[in-house]
Amino acid sequence: MLEIKNLHASINGNEILRGVNLRVNSGEVHAIMGPNGSGKSTLAQVLAGREAYEVSKGNVTYEGNNLLDMAPEDRAREGIFLAFQYPVEIPGVSNTYFLKAALNAIRKHRGLEELDAVEFLSLVKQRMKILDMDQSLLNRPVNEGFSGGEKKRNEIFQMAVLEPKLAILDETDSGLDIDALRIVADGVNKLRTKENATIVVTHYQRLLNYIIPDFVHVLVDGRIVRSGGKELALELEDKGYDWVREHADVNV
Amino acid sequence: MTQLTNNRQNDWCLSNFELFEKSLNGDSALHIHAIRKAAMERFAKLGFPTTRDEEWRFTSVAPIASSTFNAVLDYAPDGITEKNLKNLIVDGMNGSRLVFINGHFSRDLSDCGSFPHGVKVENLSGALKNDIGLVNQYLTRYARYDDNAFTALNTGFLHDGAFIYVPEGIVIEDPIYLVFVSTESDASFVSHPRNLIVVSRNAQVCIVEHYISVEKNSYFTNTVTEIVAGDHSVVEHTKLQSESLKAFHIGSMYVHQGPASNFTSNSISFGGVLARNNITALLDAEGCECTLNGLTLSTGQQHIDNHTTIDHAKPHCNSHELYKAILDGKSKGVFNGKIYVRKDAQKTDAKQTNKTLLLSDNATMNTKPQLEIFADDVKCTHGATVGYLDAEALFYLRSRGIDSEAARDMLTYAFASDVTDRVKIEGVREYLSGVLHARLEQGRSEG
Repeated sequence: MLEIKNLHASINGNEILRGVNLRVNSGEVHAIMGPNGSGKSTLAQVLAGREAYEVSKGNVTYEGNNLLDMAPEDRAREGIFLAFQYPVEIPGVSNTYFLKAALNAIRKHRGLEELDAVEFLSLVKQRMKILDMDQSLLNRPVNEGFSGGEKKRNEIFQMAVLEPKLAILDETDSGLDIDALRIVADGVNKLRTKENATIVVTHYQRLLNYIIPDFVHVLVDGRIVRSGGKELALELEDKGYDWVREHADVNV
Repeated sequence: MTQLTNNRQNDWCLSNFELFEKSLNGDSALHIHAIRKAAMERFAKLGFPTTRDEEWRFTSVAPIASSTFNAVLDYAPDGITEKNLKNLIVDGMNGSRLVFINGHFSRDLSDCGSFPHGVKVENLSGALKNDIGLVNQYLTRYARYDDNAFTALNTGFLHDGAFIYVPEGIVIEDPIYLVFVSTESDASFVSHPRNLIVVSRNAQVCIVEHYISVEKNSYFTNTVTEIVAGDHSVVEHTKLQSESLKAFHIGSMYVHQGPASNFTSNSISFGGVLARNNITALLDAEGCECTLNGLTLSTGQQHIDNHTTIDHAKPHCNSHELYKAILDGKSKGVFNGKIYVRKDAQKTDAKQTNKTLLLSDNATMNTKPQLEIFADDVKCTHGATVGYLDAEALFYLRSRGIDSEAARDMLTYAFASDVTDRVKIEGVREYLSGVLHARLEQGRSEG
């Protein structure tokens, strides 16, 4: 599904990613862990198409296409979804209006009929249940005045409505209390299928107790220095990132 | 030297005045004519302001001063029918409607409605004959012309416009719609609409003033509205300035608030090559609420200036002011928001916000909050921002599959609807939504 080869990316002249290699197949869950500033969020943003980052080297293939040539909206329409670490507040645009525009843009791209207001609302209500979300959030402006937890839940709710093929969750666990974490993780698990894949970017192992990864990768200084199974996350939690730095593998 | 130039630039106004006086015939004996003459004398002394005048620093009226606009002395329907009005005005307004063509009342196109006894919804020219006693109690008492040349000029040519009088305790449900149409004309012309709105104790009314044109020609509208909001009255005033893109528009509104009155102004400007809106609200008794909302949409070579003054003269009054502007093309915007808090006006709560969205690198905004506070126990806040569309928000929308243009439109529309949603009349909100969508589309086609 996704193949990243020797990806280098910089922002304002600072190179953040220095040769990332990663392969993600349908049905898999990959966790990317790493210390602060290692480039985890940069990788997530580059995959979603954030133009502020400049890709200087390497390539990314998604479903056989050159991902880096695609506009952010085209990536979304082709099934990529980024759950933001810091979801953006958009005053004046209601959650429903925004999500309906997004869903219909994606459906249109895929040659599906656009949903009318009634169909959309029934879909939305069904998906809100998965996330145990308060319906009043629907009519509020996107993320405006939401608590940290509500914002993160809203991200996964959007994911539930848009049904991406490749979901990238950027620090979705940060700012969540333990109950909210469980609900969000349950939501992600319910949305898993054999056809889609998930990349979970996280600093702590905590989230991985709920979303069980098939693979764990450790990103340090812009490179994946170690990869392994889910037990790697526990080892990391135990020994810390310095241990990985000292025992860095060659790139996977 | 300056004096000479000014005099020459006033010439067209003074010769218009001679013609206007002649056209009045016997009416020139009325009391009001003495006021007209005094105002005209004042105008001759003041001359048109220049950019050396602090109040006009960012707005040059030289294009008005150096042109010649002819006075329209008589009513002529000029081919305006219900049919060609329909596409230009707000749909679904249920109340009464007064239509003025080039400054003169059109009885044919107006519907003065039916109201409880004592309510006056009529044209000023008629009221100067029929309700002269009532009119004289208020007319020209609030719109001071000693330091404003355009108000002096309007007062000099005071002739027609709307006169609305709501007696004590009367609540008028449907909005009163005032439409000022400018028509096609071979020569450039000027009109001086003059409105007087008096709302008595415990009365309520909602008024929409709409300036439109049927052709995209050059003309000059110089309008003045006086509003008296009595004890515990509730008044909502909406001004829609949709003049031709070659037109000049100077509009001044003077509001006098009585005890515990509640006044709201929504001023939406998107027409004119050069437009200036002045609003002066005097909170002259305790317990007043004053809300001023404003929105400017400009593009191309448009220059739209909003000057507001909220004068807190007495204690325990609140004012809320929100002015926004969306500037595209090479357009220019000006906002100047004065708030005076007089020595007596303790416990004043005044909040002013001015936000500008630039859609083009070539658009410019000059914004100036101006708070002058002489009382010590008050709460006054102000904030002004000028910026482009938020890159983070654009990326967020695009990352969900919404294309770049739709995302820009969505954010721009949301920015504007923060103001337009505050208008209570649904028909006006829908009209403005249509205007916004049309402007967004136009912006796209111009790239």
